[in-house]
Amino acid sequence: MTLSSIDRARLVLDSAKAPDARVAAREFVAQAGRDAAFQLEACVHCGQCADACHFHRVTGDPRHTPIYKLRPMLKAYQREAAPFASVKKTLGLAPPEVTTEELHEWSGLLYDSCNLCGRCTLACPMGIDIASLVRRAREGMSAGGFAPTDLYTAAGRAIDTGSPIGVRWPALKRQIELQEQETGLHVPVDAEGAEYMVVLSSIEIMAFPEAIGAMARIFRQAGVSWTIPSAGFEATNIGVQIGSRDVAAELVSRIVAAAERLKVKWVISPECGHAYSALRWEGPNLLGRRYGFEVVQITELLDRFVREGRLRLRGKDARRLTFHDPCQLVRRGGLAEAPHRLMDGVSANQAPMPGAGAASFCCGGGGGVSAIHRAEGLRFAAFACKKQQIDASGAEALVTACGNCRNVLEEAIEHHGMTLPVLGLTELVAQYLEPETGAG
Amino acid sequence: MTATVLLEFARGPALWASLAVLVAGSLWRIGGILRLGTKPDLSEPRSTRLFAGAMRGIFARMVPGVEFRLRKRLGFWNGYLYHVGLAVIVFGYLPHIHFVKRLTGVGWPALPEPVFFVFVGLTFVSLFIALLERLTDPVRRLLSGVDDYFSWFVVVLPLATGMMTIHQSYAPGAVPAPPLYPLPLAIHLLSVELLFLWLPFGKLSHAFLVFASRGITGAALTRKGAAL
Repeated sequence: MTLSSIDRARLVLDSAKAPDARVAAREFVAQAGRDAAFQLEACVHCGQCADACHFHRVTGDPRHTPIYKLRPMLKAYQREAAPFASVKKTLGLAPPEVTTEELHEWSGLLYDSCNLCGRCTLACPMGIDIASLVRRAREGMSAGGFAPTDLYTAAGRAIDTGSPIGVRWPALKRQIELQEQETGLHVPVDAEGAEYMVVLSSIEIMAFPEAIGAMARIFRQAGVSWTIPSAGFEATNIGVQIGSRDVAAELVSRIVAAAERLKVKWVISPECGHAYSALRWEGPNLLGRRYGFEVVQITELLDRFVREGRLRLRGKDARRLTFHDPCQLVRRGGLAEAPHRLMDGVSANQAPMPGAGAASFCCGGGGGVSAIHRAEGLRFAAFACKKQQIDASGAEALVTACGNCRNVLEEAIEHHGMTLPVLGLTELVAQYLEPETGAG
Repeated sequence: MTATVLLEFARGPALWASLAVLVAGSLWRIGGILRLGTKPDLSEPRSTRLFAGAMRGIFARMVPGVEFRLRKRLGFWNGYLYHVGLAVIVFGYLPHIHFVKRLTGVGWPALPEPVFFVFVGLTFVSLFIALLERLTDPVRRLLSGVDDYFSWFVVVLPLATGMMTIHQSYAPGAVPAPPLYPLPLAIHLLSVELLFLWLPFGKLSHAFLVFASRGITGAALTRKGAAL
């Protein structure tokens, strides 16, 4: 009997009830395809990735060395699939099997102390994409039942309700209505044939709903048709964070179904780094097919509209603003320039952080870490690297293009006794739009 | 067994057997990884210049990004030193060039001996610094295993045994002369052959795996339009 994608996703979540190291090991091996294997084999143990990782920098714990976090996956691969594995096994030279105790320990290393931010990937002299290998290792951990309980819970909630924090359509509908009242603009819902479909992150919906109003103002001036779907509106994908392709595929499929139902040409990924990564880069591979629409990240689209003259900006923010680069957009997603160009358009007095851009430090909450309660202390500690960059900039306010970063930064700023406001880039662009003069 | 017979063995059957293992083992290792296969990436690429991306990945990582240049750590720059030093020793010393010419027919001009000796000294010191760092730095110590230490040993050994053979000058352009002391040379050759035997199986295989690893990441990040 073939299981539906939702049943497969639930099966993964059930694994948490009875962790099994053998299942994890099998999945580690399955994840070690050609490209991953070349990279696993190439490590020279130079330790340079440790210096790139904010978790290692603040704790000094050698176990936080990024490549070390892959050790169980490497062992399983070397034991079962690597060249010479059978010879080594025969000679008793193969690594021992991974154990339950070992994987419980590595749960903290692969989840709590890794944001999948990819700074280590940039630093590795052997060119090993450590972040993508950690993403793969998490497949084994989640299948074996070794992912953090909080992530299983959030994934279960996402499967059941559509949102990792349980945001359902009535809640979004209410926020849309409030934004319609505030802006006086209509927010189209389930408009078939619209050019653009906007999906949102739960954090945006609940904590930063003004992003919806901002988009209404932006799309009005740009003169494009757009819509928000009443089903399949959740952009975030806990599946890529916990490392379960079944959960991730199920969640992506809901957005794809909405886009196809509404026959849109573009799906706009909102201010959320990993949502973009999940939808834009992983999605087609998770579903095993190409989309019939294109995915565009909101800052990428706004930048395009500004450059085409469809959005007209007037005035600039006079405060000293600094931009926090969301890792999955700027470092990993190929969107290094668009947000910075937008910043140029709305900020008169930028105060760039030292090391801004592709090698900037993570906020500490990416890759699902912000959803892991037991990792909170470590996350706040890891923020020290970002704090150093922010302090050095001398900025009065922080701007970013990721709802999760924004939430994590606000928490960490409060925790560290700082007083910096954190702003969303989309809202900032909307704030400096040239006022409409005619009827719209 | 006399020293001359040992040298004949090292220059003959042992050399060819170790070279055969080097080539076959390397091919086996690469083939064993290739057979694992991969799935095509179905996401819409931002750039299709993947070969250029792979090449950029290979060459760009030869120099670390400015944010990752760890001036405070000697070991970081030390890595460059012994790699360059080994290359100079292997390819710049006249007897080595004669050795390669004897095998392949290809030769090139040698470096002046004083330059070579400077590099021998620097490389030797550099390799010991590398070992000390591995033993004392908590991160490297944690990452290191038998493979790391044995690989270090098989790299240092030819250097040490090679130094034992240096007892006569080789003026550039000189005709190769029979060795005065066959035993040190035999030991040196056998130590090089140990390196050949080990290279495909341990971490010294990064000599060829580095191109695959860097190239794969370079292509993948280029596909996304991301920074290399």
